[in-house]
Amino acid sequence: MYKIILASRYLLKRHITYFAILAVALCVFIVVVVMTVMTGLVNDFKDKNHSFAGDCVVGTESLVGFPYYEDFMSSLAGADFVEAVSPAIKSYALLTVRRRDLNVGVEIVGIDPIAHSRVTGFAETLYYRKGDASKAFVPGYDPNLLGCVLGIDLAMERDSRSEYPYEASPAEIAFSISCFPLTAKGALAKAGAGLVNTQTFYYSDASHSGLARVDDSTVYLPFEQAQLLCGMAGPVKRISAIHIKFKPDVKLQDGCDKAASLWQNFKRQTAGREQADLLDTVTVQSWKDHRRAFIAAMEKEQTMLIVMFGFVGITTVFIVFVVFYMIISHKTKDIGILKSVGASNADIVELFSGFASLVGFLGACIGLLGGWVFLLKINQIEKWLFEHFQFQLWDRTIFAIGDIPNRVDAGVLLAITASAIAACLLGALVPTWQAAASRPVETLRAAQL
Amino acid sequence: MSGDEFILESEGIYKSYRMGATEVRVLKGVDLAVKRGEFVAIVGASGSGKSTLLHILGALDKPDKGIVRFQGRNLSMQSAGELNRYRNKRVGFIFQFYHLLDELNVLENICLPAMASKSVLAWLACRRWAKGRAGQLLAELGLLERANHKPYQLSGGERQRVAIGRALMNEPKLLLADEPTGNLDSATGNGILEVFEKLNKAGQTIIMVTHDERVARRAGRIITLADGRIRNPA
Repeated sequence: MYKIILASRYLLKRHITYFAILAVALCVFIVVVVMTVMTGLVNDFKDKNHSFAGDCVVGTESLVGFPYYEDFMSSLAGADFVEAVSPAIKSYALLTVRRRDLNVGVEIVGIDPIAHSRVTGFAETLYYRKGDASKAFVPGYDPNLLGCVLGIDLAMERDSRSEYPYEASPAEIAFSISCFPLTAKGALAKAGAGLVNTQTFYYSDASHSGLARVDDSTVYLPFEQAQLLCGMAGPVKRISAIHIKFKPDVKLQDGCDKAASLWQNFKRQTAGREQADLLDTVTVQSWKDHRRAFIAAMEKEQTMLIVMFGFVGITTVFIVFVVFYMIISHKTKDIGILKSVGASNADIVELFSGFASLVGFLGACIGLLGGWVFLLKINQIEKWLFEHFQFQLWDRTIFAIGDIPNRVDAGVLLAITASAIAACLLGALVPTWQAAASRPVETLRAAQL
Repeated sequence: MSGDEFILESEGIYKSYRMGATEVRVLKGVDLAVKRGEFVAIVGASGSGKSTLLHILGALDKPDKGIVRFQGRNLSMQSAGELNRYRNKRVGFIFQFYHLLDELNVLENICLPAMASKSVLAWLACRRWAKGRAGQLLAELGLLERANHKPYQLSGGERQRVAIGRALMNEPKLLLADEPTGNLDSATGNGILEVFEKLNKAGQTIIMVTHDERVARRAGRIITLADGRIRNPA
């Protein structure tokens, strides 16, 4: 009981303890705010990538594509773990704006918008007809024209608040899209005959996926048109990828394993058929692996932040160590007195460890509260700073970020609190151990000097 | 020499300290026996090893050589836990500089030995008894009005009486007092000695270290420590 009383009295009476609490609180505050924002950004980015790719992608990086996709899609459709599938054509093309001297290299994605929306979040990315993919390629100004969906950053510019100018319907703009069709062997299909396939499309909608690389370089085209443009619509039709959505109760890895197994069976059955060698370039990947190149960069930044905050944590441990060293060196008399009335070394360790835990807990609570309040208001604060000082954490004309993520994760808070207490215990470990090991006679004698 | 009548015995106690490169031999074979209910004063010049001997008798320090027996049990054979219990239950210390905990009030300081030997739950179970015992001691020592005061609010004499109360809290068989009046004026010191005499009359065994012959004369027996040995052995 005396340990609880003494630990709390040391805390209240020794003003230097407040510095340790403040150090812990500041550290916790910084970690909570930065980790919440960073984790929010990473999770948001992952969600967008998941939404963009679906659960699993069976595809090839080769611009030639792979054949017999309809057969494999039939197998997938009959599988109990598959909810929906969507074939896609992917290639590169030159986008030319008619009547303007403007050419830009783009990535073209040929899809069936309804099928693709069953697998991915495509319908939700549409700017003018959000949630309704059925008319994605039907220009509102003339339904008879062949439409295309532009990545939103190709179609319009964001303002400094990351908002796009509001327009009720897309303007009537015609684009020429030209690409090099390839044969099944990878040769130019139109060698000696102009080389390129060109088709005119009309701006029917914009897609805002929230992924900067996608939104500023992708043009969605009707599946059949894209297949023709890329030279994949021959007697043996080809595509670039099949996007798969698993049933809700199917775990990602299990679903991918089953899809990979189905693919291997399919490959065996197809072996020997015309162009079957193209199937060797196909991989079965979860959305995480498919988008690894993009996600890894964010995760690396997150890891670097965690390492940096590890150093902040070490600094806190050192501050706590110094404070406890000072406190305990002033409390040698108390240690001698306690031992003279029968306190054991373990009791002394418990006393000062309890004191350290109290410092950690209080510091963590103050830091968490401050961090939580700050996060609650972070977007208002940023808005105010922008209105008064033109300061933004991220330049919204460059970064595809809307509001700053501020959803606090209870698990993260718990982990930070536990880490703060552990840091305090670690900082207090050496002085506490020294105090416990001290001989009562020496401490009492020192107190008499 | 060992027998039921002796509460504490020491045989051939040696103790030396290292001060820089030189070794200072403080105790050079101290033999001592204290009977139950005795009031013994150990006198000697400053640096003669009186306090060192008292600390060894109270298991606050260990001798380099020699044996200390309390009620026939050899302290050097006891574990750290048993020695903690010995300091908590069997002996009570009174120091020249009182050594009260500044963060605790008078009542809490007196209750400290009772709290030290109990877990939180055990303490909560016996709290009423402990507070009753502490209140009784406060009344006997004339400190009832000071129960909620902090040590810095008390006079030297009052602080020493609190230290006596703390030493008596667990009803120890032996009181060890190290220059208990050394930091007090003669009138206040006299009051402390009267408390000791009263306790001794009630059967309390007391060993008191002092350099003051007049203080020592208040004890039932005087032992003189000189040159690391007892000059008038028991």
